Amino acid sequence: MINYLQNNSDAVLTALRQHIWLALLPVVLGFLIALPIGYLGVRFPWLYHPLVNVAGVLYSIPSLALFVFLPVVLGTKILSPLNIVVALTIYTVALLARTVADGLRSVDHLITESATAMGYRRFRRLIDVELPVALPVILAGLRVATVSNISLVSVGALIGVGGLGQLFTRGFQLFYLEPILVGVILSVLLAGVADLIIVIIQRAVTPWTRFQGGRA
Amino acid sequence: MITFDDVVKVYPGGGTAVDHVSLELPTGKTTVFVGPSGCGKTTSLRMINRMISPTSGRVLIDGQDVAGQDEALLRRGIGYVIQHAGLFPHRTVLDNVATVPVLLGKTRREARAAALELLERVGLAPEFAKRYPAQLSGGQQQRVGVARALAADPPVMLMDEPFSAVDPVVREQLHREFLRLQQDLGKTIAMVTHDIDEAIKLGDVVVIFRQGGVVAQVGTPQELLADPADEFVAEFVGRDRGLRSLSFDTAAELPVLPVPAELVLDEAGRPVGWRTGADDVRPTGGTFTSADTLRLVADLAILSPVGIAVRVDGDGKADGITPHHDLADYLAARRG
Repeated sequence: MINYLQNNSDAVLTALRQHIWLALLPVVLGFLIALPIGYLGVRFPWLYHPLVNVAGVLYSIPSLALFVFLPVVLGTKILSPLNIVVALTIYTVALLARTVADGLRSVDHLITESATAMGYRRFRRLIDVELPVALPVILAGLRVATVSNISLVSVGALIGVGGLGQLFTRGFQLFYLEPILVGVILSVLLAGVADLIIVIIQRAVTPWTRFQGGRA
Repeated sequence: MITFDDVVKVYPGGGTAVDHVSLELPTGKTTVFVGPSGCGKTTSLRMINRMISPTSGRVLIDGQDVAGQDEALLRRGIGYVIQHAGLFPHRTVLDNVATVPVLLGKTRREARAAALELLERVGLAPEFAKRYPAQLSGGQQQRVGVARALAADPPVMLMDEPFSAVDPVVREQLHREFLRLQQDLGKTIAMVTHDIDEAIKLGDVVVIFRQGGVVAQVGTPQELLADPADEFVAEFVGRDRGLRSLSFDTAAELPVLPVPAELVLDEAGRPVGWRTGADDVRPTGGTFTSADTLRLVADLAILSPVGIAVRVDGDGKADGITPHHDLADYLAARRG
């Protein structure tokens, strides 16, 4: 395996770099899209259930089907990485819109009420109070979305774009175990590192959560 | 002054929460709204800062209808203390207190400096400043809640069951501090409680609501105890209102008799107990000073093994006694 890495380091690094891009760009895009959608599900309570249902349906579409179907809708080439980015962004939105809505709904009404009584207007209250208090729930969802994206990228290899997944397809085609092992180990490592980074960010931006639990 | 002018609140789908209430809450005084649950006291309080809008009628602060004012700006000028404090869990104690000054455009640095002083004022040591609400006890959180409401020095404060979530010992302590603080600050305070004892203790004016959002009686605590308007108020202020009304006067003018030989004293002249037999000395059960309330004197006379309350001076030396029948005579004479 070491030999394989030494002889193919360029190819492996390129695959890894592509994997990171394909997995994380959708996380960022999906998060930015999910924030307003999740908020709407809280602002207008009648929207919450349709939102949860649509998100559930979207998330249940098999990824391979989406990868193949998207070029038809978007008019992109079947081999375009854009298909993967759009598909994974859809999954991320499906996952995070609900998480954002649930996070905001979990904020104790006493807290929002006292913010209103202090003289917060709606938007500033959302930014200064509700989102920060909902952050632990939202970041937990972000961890799930990130790890799920990193594993889903590999499926893209079946249609020719897929970061580390390409190592699997190559291994299968050549009846050669090394690239498969390298691909598996690297994508598990990548998922672990990405998860750890989010946990570290979470600790840094929500120091107050460490004291919760003793008292409600 | 806060004025309720024929205020009605009807909720859609029926139910009158507040029914033609007209009130005046005097400037610089504490007015307490009290009543059973569902009597409209909290709804009334929340109409002052427009958290709830009246169906008809007006609420005015110093003659200005609150309905015509920008909601957020109005609220920044009114302190608000909520049950369980409602602190922001993601902000330190200091930043919680600095909330309204920052909303009003102060820099964070200025607001924090002022907040630190306020913490001391409500009896919290500076080391609490950097803690998060989850690290505080209920009583400490409530103090932070009061500091936060005071931070922008608003002339008006609204307090919604501010002391109901803490245990009786802490509540007693918070009551004392509230009274001391209000004596210094003289805010116009509207407070809601379901606890008549709290209302009587803290209120300059008490407004008793009954079911259906009707005001049953408005008056000073003394007036309510001495002269309840009807059966409901009498019931609500409680059967022991005679005893409780003694809380408003001190024992300063209560006559005492000289200390008799039966009262056993230690070398410093402090009372030890009553001699009720050759070898039998029973504890006095407590003592009072002339600054204590008549209620305490009555309590001591009842508890005493011989029916006599013992007065002590500032050093704890016995300087007089009051038998219960003397107390009864004094109270009868006082009533005229």
